[in-house]
Amino acid sequence: MSLPLRPQPCLEVRQLSVSYDRRCVIDAVSTVMHRSRITAIVGPSGCGKSTFLSCLNRLSDLTPGCRLSGSIRLDGDDILSARTDLIRLRRRVGAIAQRPNPFPLSIRRNITMPLEHHGLRHRDRREAVLERVLRRVGLWREVRGRLDQPALALSGGQQQRLCLARALALEPEVLLLDEPCSALDPVASGVVEDLIASLRGATTQVIVTHNLAQARRLADDLIVFWTDEGRGTIVEQGPADAVFTSPQSAITAAYLSGSRG
Amino acid sequence: MRAAEDRLLLGCLRLAGAAAGSIVLLIVAYLLAEALPALQALGPLRWIRDASWHPAGGAGAGRFNLSPMLIGTAAAATGAVLLATPLSIASALFCRFYAPRRLGGGYRRLVQLLAGLPSVVFGFWGLVVLTPLIGRWQPPGQSLLAGILILTLMILPTISLLAESALAAVPRAYGQAAAAMGLTRWATIRQVMLPAAITGLSSAILLGAARAIGETMAVLMVTGNVVRTPASLLDPVRTLTANIALELGYALELHRSALFVSGLLLMGMVALLVGISEALRPEERHG
Ligand SMILES: Nc1ncnc2c1ncn2[C@@H]1O[C@H](COP(=O)(O)OP(=O)(O)OP(=O)(O)O)[C@@H](O)[C@H]1O
Ligand SMILES: [Mg+2]
Repeated sequence: MSLPLRPQPCLEVRQLSVSYDRRCVIDAVSTVMHRSRITAIVGPSGCGKSTFLSCLNRLSDLTPGCRLSGSIRLDGDDILSARTDLIRLRRRVGAIAQRPNPFPLSIRRNITMPLEHHGLRHRDRREAVLERVLRRVGLWREVRGRLDQPALALSGGQQQRLCLARALALEPEVLLLDEPCSALDPVASGVVEDLIASLRGATTQVIVTHNLAQARRLADDLIVFWTDEGRGTIVEQGPADAVFTSPQSAITAAYLSGSRG
Repeated sequence: MRAAEDRLLLGCLRLAGAAAGSIVLLIVAYLLAEALPALQALGPLRWIRDASWHPAGGAGAGRFNLSPMLIGTAAAATGAVLLATPLSIASALFCRFYAPRRLGGGYRRLVQLLAGLPSVVFGFWGLVVLTPLIGRWQPPGQSLLAGILILTLMILPTISLLAESALAAVPRAYGQAAAAMGLTRWATIRQVMLPAAITGLSSAILLGAARAIGETMAVLMVTGNVVRTPASLLDPVRTLTANIALELGYALELHRSALFVSGLLLMGMVALLVGISEALRPEERHG
């Protein structure tokens, strides 16, 4: 593994609280995600994992009634500040959603349209990227013959991999993955897992997963979310090995051993 | 229990559907029956070959050329649709994607108000404000242009409200995907929202066009109603609808039947429009 000896902070979250219509769902969490490493977030359903992830690229802005407080620094700059260039932020921080959400365009346009929008003028270069990213997510062989058909005609798992390919095409520095394998069969799931592992060292990845075995296989760092009367908090975090082998809190120990959550 | 409820609902729906369908058929049948004497007496060609529209003299001395009015209707409706479509889509986009919540809401109320305004009010306004304005520039002012402008105002709220609900029906996930990919608002609209809403948008335009073709009172009040093929935007015109409204009160026998022919023609135009939009409609998407 080509990890730097001392992990460097990439995303630093301080005292982040999130509320929907005044109902607090994340309560003052602080954590750090390290550059080029894989941080896995685990925790029971409804404890605010997706919400947390959506703050990291400010997609939370799109939800009316969603309020944030605290700070999130990306390479030292507070992305919650009003001056943040959201287009640039989201270009640097790619994300794939929990439910696949391809554009209602052709498979090809799903990938080439954002590239074109972000200034890749050459058609040939776009086509090259298209093939490269579709190969990386293991979709090329399945769709090469029907690139101009609607992306919405793909199966759920194929759509999810298309979304992943779409995000990869922009070569983000940070990649947020919300349960990327939940709709995938074991084979496709393996392809995606290998892909995530192969991006280690190049891309900072934050992955939410309910699959503890997967978290164990992939994670360099682990964050365990918990919910306390509807308020999501972090009960434990640190290097994955350490958290898995000797959890500090009883909740984490029970959750990770599969007896709770 | 459930199944019985379902059967009852299905029965009611079938009944309502049958009623709506048969009303349309009855109206068409009535129009056909009333138009038949004129169609039989005059044949298919005199409606466009005759020297003029002087329908009072019976089959021999009367003249039955409907084409100036057909052209009047087509020109007024086309002009209005061409003007109103970009304006209303811009208005819908503003309301949906650019206006702050409060402003957007107020603006929508205003458009709804405009949509509910009786057509005679539009006509009245056109008569006392718009036509004198055009008249000052190019007398007499009562003209095809005035008709187009009034119709534009009238169908603008229709298209814009329908376009907005078409845009509102686009799943939120698409907007989120676009934002997550760092697309600008305009790129999101152009590349994702408009294509996704295209079916609804085209039926919005279609309904606007149908309203423009069918509108009678407002047009009648501002276009001058001279039966002549307009050579320019500033010439007066008479539309098919205005013609029926103006003459049905005193029309007898063949004249009366000829007016029903123009009613059939109007119906045909709207049917044609529906047919075209049906043919252009993209295939239903999956998902
Ligand atoms: N748009 C929203 N409006 C209001 N409340 C919301 C919204 N999205 C999420 N919530 C609430 O916030 C809390 C956290 O939701 P979130 O989706 O972040 O959970 P999660 O940890 O991702 O769960 P899961 O594992 O099931 O995906 C839940 O109580 C949920 O009801
Ligand atoms: Mg979630």
